[in-house]
Amino acid sequence: MKRTGPMLKIAAPMRVLAQRAAFLGLLGGAVGLMVLGKAEAPFVERARMLVADAVVPVLDGIARPVQTAAQIADNVRGLMDVNAENARLRAQNAMLLHWQQVARNLEAENRALRETVHAATEASFTYVTARVVADAGGAFVRSVLIAAGLRDGVAKGHTAMSPNGLAGRVGEVGERSARVLLLTDLNSHVPVMIESTRDRAILDGDNTDLPRLVFLASGSRPQLGDRIVTSGHGGVFPPGLPVGVVVQTGEQGGVRVKPFVDFHRIDYLRVVDYGTGGTLPLAAPPPQIKRLR
Amino acid sequence: MVVAALAQLDRALKRALPLALAFFVVLLSVVPMPVPEYAVLAPSFALMSVFYWTVHRPDLFPAWGAFAVGLFDDMLTGAPLGLGAFVLLLVQFSIVAQHKVFRGKAFWLVWAAFAIVAVSAQIVTLVFGFALKGALPAALPAATQLALTIALYPVATAVFGRLQRFFLAGS
Repeated sequence: MKRTGPMLKIAAPMRVLAQRAAFLGLLGGAVGLMVLGKAEAPFVERARMLVADAVVPVLDGIARPVQTAAQIADNVRGLMDVNAENARLRAQNAMLLHWQQVARNLEAENRALRETVHAATEASFTYVTARVVADAGGAFVRSVLIAAGLRDGVAKGHTAMSPNGLAGRVGEVGERSARVLLLTDLNSHVPVMIESTRDRAILDGDNTDLPRLVFLASGSRPQLGDRIVTSGHGGVFPPGLPVGVVVQTGEQGGVRVKPFVDFHRIDYLRVVDYGTGGTLPLAAPPPQIKRLR
Repeated sequence: MVVAALAQLDRALKRALPLALAFFVVLLSVVPMPVPEYAVLAPSFALMSVFYWTVHRPDLFPAWGAFAVGLFDDMLTGAPLGLGAFVLLLVQFSIVAQHKVFRGKAFWLVWAAFAIVAVSAQIVTLVFGFALKGALPAALPAATQLALTIALYPVATAVFGRLQRFFLAGS
């Protein structure tokens, strides 16, 4: 496709000029998007979730075999120490049976006490279990995409639970996908309390694996190994969900908590609607306000 | 007639390979892997592919391609929208502008250039990310990710080079 003659002489600089113009235009577009994103324009979120909706089936297709391979590897490893594992599980089972009995007794006692004082029954909740299809641990975000969205009943502000404990909350939701902000994300601020003392605090994500406990009640001295659970304040999370344990109490770096959830192996998340209304900024007003009008 | 049309389609598909591949590696970088810290430390496959294809086949990797790949990455990872597009666009442009430098050079020189580009891209990302998010990422994971990106570039070159020879030889 070699061209010669005077046409080339004009065409070449023209092409360079067009290239420069296109580059500058695109660069301006990128800056514009950053500004819009910073201003939290609603269309940015919608566009993000449209793309997520479109690629979720593809991601699911890639993620499935990877998870299967990992499971097979786990099974093979499990076979090697199946005896030791069996003994451990027997011991654990015995202990759990004991706990089951304790829980039953407490449940009965609790019901009786509630009836005595005519306590309001706690709202029931619904949940949907969804596969994690993308794990985005970029420099500035800690979030995962799950393969469930509006059509499955997932909504902004719903709680995302792993089998071990709280994982995060739904931050953005599309038709068939949703983005879950993990506890470790910069934008994650969870009202929590120390289980034993019931001292309140906020668990702040800072993009490291160990979120920080801030706004501790004065005089509160968390100890290493203290269990942290949600406090239910602010109305986003219900109280009492297991969050993690205190692993650092030094002056430098503050009090840090290791979440119970294993962020490296979340295959599924249970998205629970505790009916707390999901009071996220930008979220729709809680239903009870609508009813008042 | 049909044969000609098919040949044309074949050519078009092959020429779309670099861009399609770039989108695919972005997808790969977010797939949950059973590797500890994979999501945090996954090297920037997008940067590798934009760099490789702009150096080797700039005709098949236009500026809008780099923009689109960056935007796709931003959308999937939830990073500040436009940041990845901005950075990859700068990378693409700087290579096109310095294209003569790369022509026929030894691999280690190209690799060194990639290292410089990767470090610069990281700095731009950090500066803009700080402006947008008001916080800097933890230093150690960010540095490890950068080091991995640079260290794995030869592997990416081997894979992309093989694909290029297989699909795009002679076009």
